[in-house]
Amino acid sequence: MHYPRRRTIIGAFAFALAGSVIAMPAMAQDKVTLSLLTDANAETVAAFDALTAAYTAAHPNVTFDRSTRPGGAEGDNLIKTRLATGDMADLFQYNSGSLFQALNPSQNLADLSDIPAQSGILDSFKSVVTSPDGKVRGVPFGPAMGGGIYYNRTIYKDLGLSVPKTWDEFMANNAKIKAAGKVAVAGTFGDTWTSQLFVLADYYNVQAADPNFAADYTANKAKYATTPAALAGFQHLEDVFKGGYMNDDFGAAKFDDGMRMVANGEAAQYPMLTFGLGSVKQNEPDKVNDIGFFAQPGPDASSNGLTVWMPAGLYVSAQSPHMQAAKDFASFVGSPEGCKIMIDAIGATGPYLIKGCSLPADVPPSVADMLPYFQDNGKTAPALEFLSPIKGPNLEQITVEVGSGFVSAEAGAKLYDEDVRKQAMQLGIKGW
Amino acid sequence: MTAITAQPTRTGNGSTGRRPRKGAHYPGWFIMPAAVVYAILFLVPTFASLYFSLTRWTLFSSEFIGLDNFYQFFREPFLSQALINTVIFAAVTSGLKVILGLLLGVLLTSRIAWRGMLRSIVFFPVLVSTVGVGITFTALMHPTHGAINEALALVGIKGPGWLTNRYLALYSVALVDVWRGVGLATVIYMAGIVSIPTDYYEASRIDGATRLQQFFHITLPLVRPAMYTVIILSFIGGLRLFDLIWAMTRGGPGFSSDVMASVVYKQYQAGYYGLSTAGNVVLFILIALLAVPLSWFLNRRVTTR
Repeated sequence: MHYPRRRTIIGAFAFALAGSVIAMPAMAQDKVTLSLLTDANAETVAAFDALTAAYTAAHPNVTFDRSTRPGGAEGDNLIKTRLATGDMADLFQYNSGSLFQALNPSQNLADLSDIPAQSGILDSFKSVVTSPDGKVRGVPFGPAMGGGIYYNRTIYKDLGLSVPKTWDEFMANNAKIKAAGKVAVAGTFGDTWTSQLFVLADYYNVQAADPNFAADYTANKAKYATTPAALAGFQHLEDVFKGGYMNDDFGAAKFDDGMRMVANGEAAQYPMLTFGLGSVKQNEPDKVNDIGFFAQPGPDASSNGLTVWMPAGLYVSAQSPHMQAAKDFASFVGSPEGCKIMIDAIGATGPYLIKGCSLPADVPPSVADMLPYFQDNGKTAPALEFLSPIKGPNLEQITVEVGSGFVSAEAGAKLYDEDVRKQAMQLGIKGW
Repeated sequence: MTAITAQPTRTGNGSTGRRPRKGAHYPGWFIMPAAVVYAILFLVPTFASLYFSLTRWTLFSSEFIGLDNFYQFFREPFLSQALINTVIFAAVTSGLKVILGLLLGVLLTSRIAWRGMLRSIVFFPVLVSTVGVGITFTALMHPTHGAINEALALVGIKGPGWLTNRYLALYSVALVDVWRGVGLATVIYMAGIVSIPTDYYEASRIDGATRLQQFFHITLPLVRPAMYTVIILSFIGGLRLFDLIWAMTRGGPGFSSDVMASVVYKQYQAGYYGLSTAGNVVLFILIALLAVPLSWFLNRRVTTR
């Protein structure tokens, strides 16, 4: 009886000793809790949970306090206000491109030019998170996205349709789908931001017709209403409404409804960014292979290409009290290792802009449909918001007006030009 | 805006204020704590916003640009519609609250069964958070899955898109606002009705007056002060209503249910701080222009009665 007990005591003592030795280096570092603000998409949340768990496993002294924010204009407002009042989380995830520029990044965001991960990040991404003073202030979070149209493969097969290369073919498909008694295009204006897709995802076609549009638009020389190629996006909204191709509740349905409809075959097509696949994975996991994807068709089949959205960025607030830890986590997220963790957590929905991070071989059909655009030169073009700092804040209301038939395409384009003018003046851009 | 709601009492005090001070029961400095709070939380921001409406500002810096913001504000393409919507909304909600509140007030002060419970039911919506009410009704008014249209479908009616039809959205929100606000109007009416001396009713009954005559010749004239309070409160409340509209339509579909307050909020959201401050000043002036004469007119009728 004595012997085992003594052994237990000695054992416990030895264990405690060993424990304190192991704990020593960890105790040398302070415990840090990093606050983290992300959007509320299920995919984003799942990816961050995987990343933070992996990071905490490697750095036990760092824990995370993650919170989510709304999307769209509501989220823009929240981010701007929290930055302006010095109340921002240590790290936050937010759009790159013009929305990033609207945050006054030189003042509000920490300089991430010299973190280790930057050496592996593609220049195409760095350029959209670089502040006017030339400093890189973000790392990519997630894959690049395409803006185009999801379609239900079963409906396409049953009706013998082929993927349209021109807008006319697209409208002809719509007519056949409608004649078959199905909803051709899912409209989800209940989430107003989803109404912008026909205009924004048409940018590949705009720049194909008018290569200088972005520069002229920024310099107050080109307008949506008077540039036929740019006006076409608004025209598309009007066409689809006039054709009666949308679901009855298009004014109230939301983004998740749209993805559900195209996945279940309640609608044949849904114009959306390719991150929409994440919603199907979460809500209709068995339907992932039922949807395909094509770029928004333009006037000419020979110049058919994809409008690309750069990934959102992960940024560090310039006022973060845990600057070192925050930068280190940002570097982890931007590294090939972080990229792999993300792919494991949420699957592959598009190409990552990090060297050494390749996609697995077995991607869902909608991703496989998208990748060829990236493989050929000149088959992709960045969306306008990555080429010009000006994006009018009311576009989503205006596209709802046009897409619901309240105003004509021309009137909508004029309204948007006015909206752009206000934003350019607020940003203090030359020539306005 | 709060200053204007206080208008009736201020005008009322105006006549007593001219009397010699010997009538005062308390020394003047008793109002100091309240005055300091009022000045810091109301007067200072009001005058600061008058200044900031003339600048292009962020939270840290401002640039004086004169009346540019006002010029820009009145160039807003949907401003005229928002102005009209604001007035329509205020008139519709105020009108319905005045009428329904009066009828409910009469009903709930008469001797009926379940009176206590009915009073609670009528007042209950006032206690619920506006945003909660908005979200609930948005779900109920969904064009295809909403309970309202599903109920209508049972009797063979295809219900409209309550919040997605551009001609209907503003009125749908107005109806919800009436549902939410009529309880308060009813309580004010009930207080007014209860304070009418019962002698009048007894005397009229001896003279053979019917219930309807009693209503039109005793209740209605004598409840007027309460009615004016309801009119002013609900009209100003309607003019500056924001939360319910934002929770239900966000000014949509498109811009069709935008009111002044939602236009101003969207400008603030877009980061146009100076512009939205100018919008608030315009809203302030608009409310003052509509509410002060109304209040003056109604108060005059009360005092000359």
